[in-house]
Amino acid sequence: MSQGTKIAARPSPKVSDEIRKTTCYMCACRCGINVHLQDGKVKYIEGNRDHPVNKGVLCAKGSAGIMQHYSPARLKAPMKRVGPRGSGEFEEISWDEAYDIAVGWMGPLRDKTPEKLAFFTGRDQSQSFTSLWAQAYGTPNYAAHGGFCSVNMAAAGIYTMGGAFWEFGQPDWDRAKLFMIFGVAEDHDSNPIKAGIGRLKANGGKVIGVNPIRSGYNAVADEWIGITPGTDGLFIMAIMHELLRAGKVDLEYLCRYTNAGFLVSADEGADDFGLFLRDAEGKAQVVDRANGGLAAYDAKGVTANLAASYSQDGKTYRTAFQLLAETYLDARYSPDAVAETCGLTAAKIRAVAAELARVAFEEEITIDQPWTDWKGEKHDKMIGRPVAFHAMRGISAHSNGFQTCRALHLLQILLGSVEVPGGFRFKPPYPKPPEAHPKPHACDKPGQPLPGPHLGYPMGPEDLLIDDDGNPKRIDKAFSWENPFSVHGLMHMVISNAHAGDPYKIDTLFLYMANMAWNSSMNTSEVMRMLTDQNDNGDYVIPHIIYSDAYSSEMVAYADLILPDTTYLERHDCISLLDRPICEADAAADAIRWPVVEPDRNVKGFQSALCDLGARLGLPGWVNEDGSQKYADYADYITTHERRPGVGPLAGWRNEDGSGEGRGAPNPDQLDKYIENGGFWMGHVPEEALYYKPWNAAYQDWAVGIGLFDAPQPYVFNLYLEPARKMQRAAEGIGDSQPPENMRERIKAAFTPLPEWYQPFEDAAVDHDEYPLHALTQRPMHMYHSWGSQNAWLRQITNVNRLYIPGKVWDEKGFEEGDWAYVTSVHGKIKVPVARMDALNGDTVWTWNAIGKKRGAWALSEDAPEATQGFLLNHLIHELLPDKGDGLRWANSDPVTGQAAWFDLRVNIEKAPAGGPSEPAHPAAKSQVGQGPAHVAYGEDF
Amino acid sequence: MTALPEKTEKKLGLVIDLDTCVGCHACVVNCKEWNTSNYGTPLSDMDAYGAAPEGTFLNRVHSYEVTPQSGCAQTVHFPKSCLHCDDAPCVTVCPTGASYKRSEDGIVLVNETDCMGCGLCAWACPYGARELDQLAGIMKKCTLCVDRIYNENIPEEDREPACVRTCPAGARHFGDFADPDSKVSRLVAERDGMDLMPEMGTAPVNKYLPPRKKDVLVGETKQLDAKSEEPKGFLAWLDKALEAI
Repeated sequence: MSQGTKIAARPSPKVSDEIRKTTCYMCACRCGINVHLQDGKVKYIEGNRDHPVNKGVLCAKGSAGIMQHYSPARLKAPMKRVGPRGSGEFEEISWDEAYDIAVGWMGPLRDKTPEKLAFFTGRDQSQSFTSLWAQAYGTPNYAAHGGFCSVNMAAAGIYTMGGAFWEFGQPDWDRAKLFMIFGVAEDHDSNPIKAGIGRLKANGGKVIGVNPIRSGYNAVADEWIGITPGTDGLFIMAIMHELLRAGKVDLEYLCRYTNAGFLVSADEGADDFGLFLRDAEGKAQVVDRANGGLAAYDAKGVTANLAASYSQDGKTYRTAFQLLAETYLDARYSPDAVAETCGLTAAKIRAVAAELARVAFEEEITIDQPWTDWKGEKHDKMIGRPVAFHAMRGISAHSNGFQTCRALHLLQILLGSVEVPGGFRFKPPYPKPPEAHPKPHACDKPGQPLPGPHLGYPMGPEDLLIDDDGNPKRIDKAFSWENPFSVHGLMHMVISNAHAGDPYKIDTLFLYMANMAWNSSMNTSEVMRMLTDQNDNGDYVIPHIIYSDAYSSEMVAYADLILPDTTYLERHDCISLLDRPICEADAAADAIRWPVVEPDRNVKGFQSALCDLGARLGLPGWVNEDGSQKYADYADYITTHERRPGVGPLAGWRNEDGSGEGRGAPNPDQLDKYIENGGFWMGHVPEEALYYKPWNAAYQDWAVGIGLFDAPQPYVFNLYLEPARKMQRAAEGIGDSQPPENMRERIKAAFTPLPEWYQPFEDAAVDHDEYPLHALTQRPMHMYHSWGSQNAWLRQITNVNRLYIPGKVWDEKGFEEGDWAYVTSVHGKIKVPVARMDALNGDTVWTWNAIGKKRGAWALSEDAPEATQGFLLNHLIHELLPDKGDGLRWANSDPVTGQAAWFDLRVNIEKAPAGGPSEPAHPAAKSQVGQGPAHVAYGEDF
Repeated sequence: MTALPEKTEKKLGLVIDLDTCVGCHACVVNCKEWNTSNYGTPLSDMDAYGAAPEGTFLNRVHSYEVTPQSGCAQTVHFPKSCLHCDDAPCVTVCPTGASYKRSEDGIVLVNETDCMGCGLCAWACPYGARELDQLAGIMKKCTLCVDRIYNENIPEEDREPACVRTCPAGARHFGDFADPDSKVSRLVAERDGMDLMPEMGTAPVNKYLPPRKKDVLVGETKQLDAKSEEPKGFLAWLDKALEAI
């Protein structure tokens, strides 16, 4: 209806010509959306009620999709750089010319030095595809952005219990009675957590929020624990101390489902000290409670005696549980010992432990659902401990994050609240223990595909990717002694290492969807310099940079060749069970994106461009026998590729008649079937298989049936992590594979087989009087990294990020409203606007993440507040630790996984002269797309 | 001047749960996208990509910090849109009759044909719930998605305001307050639903459910009884406890 029409009593206008259902990409959450089209234009986007992720709801980001799709920042055509790097001067070229340039750089490298291509993808939702391409090319240098995101959470989860939070599992929202949430990046399970909290509260459940900042979920938490950053592990260990002291642990659960009863060699001098006692077949041994004899842990009818000791060959073996109890009952983990460091009172920690125990053990849930376990034992009911947890970036992005995340999983397991009613539940294809994941692979022979996937789960020093001299094989040094369990790689180290030639120089840096010249890098100003740095010959130190993005982001100006991607409404994608699917605890599910509108520019979905490039490079698997292109485009790959016989990217409607679920021959009509079904497929887990998944025979059989794996893979949870102990043993000098001398102590300290807390590295390295405050970022619920703040609607909600300062510090420093401050870290100094906040840990300052923009980027005007008053904390965070004087470059990362330690930052603040702009104020690059229109009145055409 | 109906058959409105609203702005943006493309003139955005972007929104979320007498400071997210008041001062002040309250369902609307953009209604509204669209010069306000709630072109389950349908946390509820058995009436009764600024005498139809009392769940007095103080004592306890399984 247009202006002037009187409103009828019961107006019933036509909403749109057509609804097309696809998957959102306004953040990483992957909700189902109904896209309403009128006259070929997008009129309205709403949540898809049938979709497993969002069940109809849609967040601010998703609702702003129209402005993202029609953004003036969209790139229009392939481009080659014609001015100096960083200038933003480009010339539009054809796709053929773009491919010729790319093949001209990448082709010659492949036969002799494939490692000189570094291919890293950012917020990629097609990693099983992009990694396959990189495997075929043969470079060892591939990963996505997990290393600077939340790899600690993922790695700790897989190693400990076969899955972590978000894509791996979820709270049992309908049955949980107490939900404890630690710091999160909001796009990680965005709508499901909001919906879950709403449901839990409606059911009378309670929420405990653990976060230095009381915003978002913590604002609605019934109880707020305003913990000091980097001390979450200590807090959790003190809770475990209390639970163990009181005997409030689920012993039956521990006996049956964990390695608590495994016998560990306990004499320090023994040759197998710290390893499990194993039989000739390698099966870990327990003492059987029935007869006191040794037995394999998984033998039918055997129940491990957790209290047992055992002697053999003069060596003593004790159960993992006893070692665990000794560790956490120690006074160093008592509430009194940790309270001050955590910024909490001991009484509060004790009370939290008591409340967790009360709900877990006094509000037990019983479901009358018989089930059969992996040993064939029948159970007549399912017993639930209705305490559920969630955590993500907040506890993960510290240099002690791996062990902190492990500690949280130990707490869940001690309470018996994993994979039980009311607790935490895995989503297919998880649970999946570390042994069921691939090992990491690098190239054996130049010019040949890699023998397996790049990323995987090392089980000991033998799985590291190091050469005979112990040097890293990968440019990011993943799976080297520096970060042995870096299961997602270290994208944040690629540019720095390539620039330094450490461990070697590269030729071509190929990036997708990662704003590495801005908010995705630590030490942003210096990274921009590295990207433009020239050697004595006047050549760039990183010779070639290819970048694919849909938008005119900050990174575009630093590339030599641009492959323009589509918007999320113009592309094919698959959210695959081979990758990071959209499953629920009750169902396996996958989804597609499809072009609900056709691009009106000379752009191409990046994955389709990779199909073209793979063919032009002649990569095995990307060409047919006659040398012709194998996959016409990404859609062709999605429907025809088979990873294993009968198992492909999409699980639904396999076989030509659409009869296959999970397994079956490729179906040329598969995408049409998905479109007919609203863009997704879902296969429900049988009732008998809904809980106890790692040990539930019905679940294991169902999972094999739909092709999640090829044989049942029951396992027990790793309270005690033997692979970590193996790394420690190497550091102690045992075995053929030995770390460099200077890393021995750090490996010994970081790879404790039971989580220990250590001070975050930057925290330990800098003077606390000089840098008295912790500094953090939070992601606004209405923004997804740098995409959000270019959006005409979303940027009206937030276009300036102030540094929030706790009231006491604010008063001490004499700040007033509207003030600006200098913020200094051991690495640098920035000038920023400030604001007071009292609902905040008293030693912590923080700001919203990724609001700040570089002048001239994203089609915003050069005086946009995002550029003049917005800022990045990244300038203060170095990718390296402060120089130790040993000539080495130590990553500011977790020593176990390489996770970027964003949140270890310590700063000082002082009042600055009034007014902006925020500093550093980098000059604008030339916009490749001009500037957006002055005014928008979207909808006037309808 | 425009008269208000003495009584309305229905009292349609919203219940907003401040205990559950996480301040995500989903309702703000979904309202914007529905209403910019449906009834009336678009909700424009001035200087959309420039230094001072400012557009028309029918619903906004404000965040406040509250520091109680004792205990930790708290954050409260507060969504706000037209409250469709029974005694709507924005209607009675309208010089052209453009602003009116419907007798059948109580929705307060603006007939855009008759609106001259004088802005008196926005001045009269104590809640700041009306916004004059700067591009069109026409007063815009929440219509309670009148073009959705009766719309036979959309599925029945979707015939509710866009903000309610989209709210991820389930913090927004739509219904008829004239019906004491409606979901919204029951929620208000059960959760002590309250009027916004009742002292203004506007008799708002929309209600807010106050945040539940915070930071009283855990306290500092509860603690677990020790079964063992020493590792050795623990083993003894463990032995006994295992026998009980």
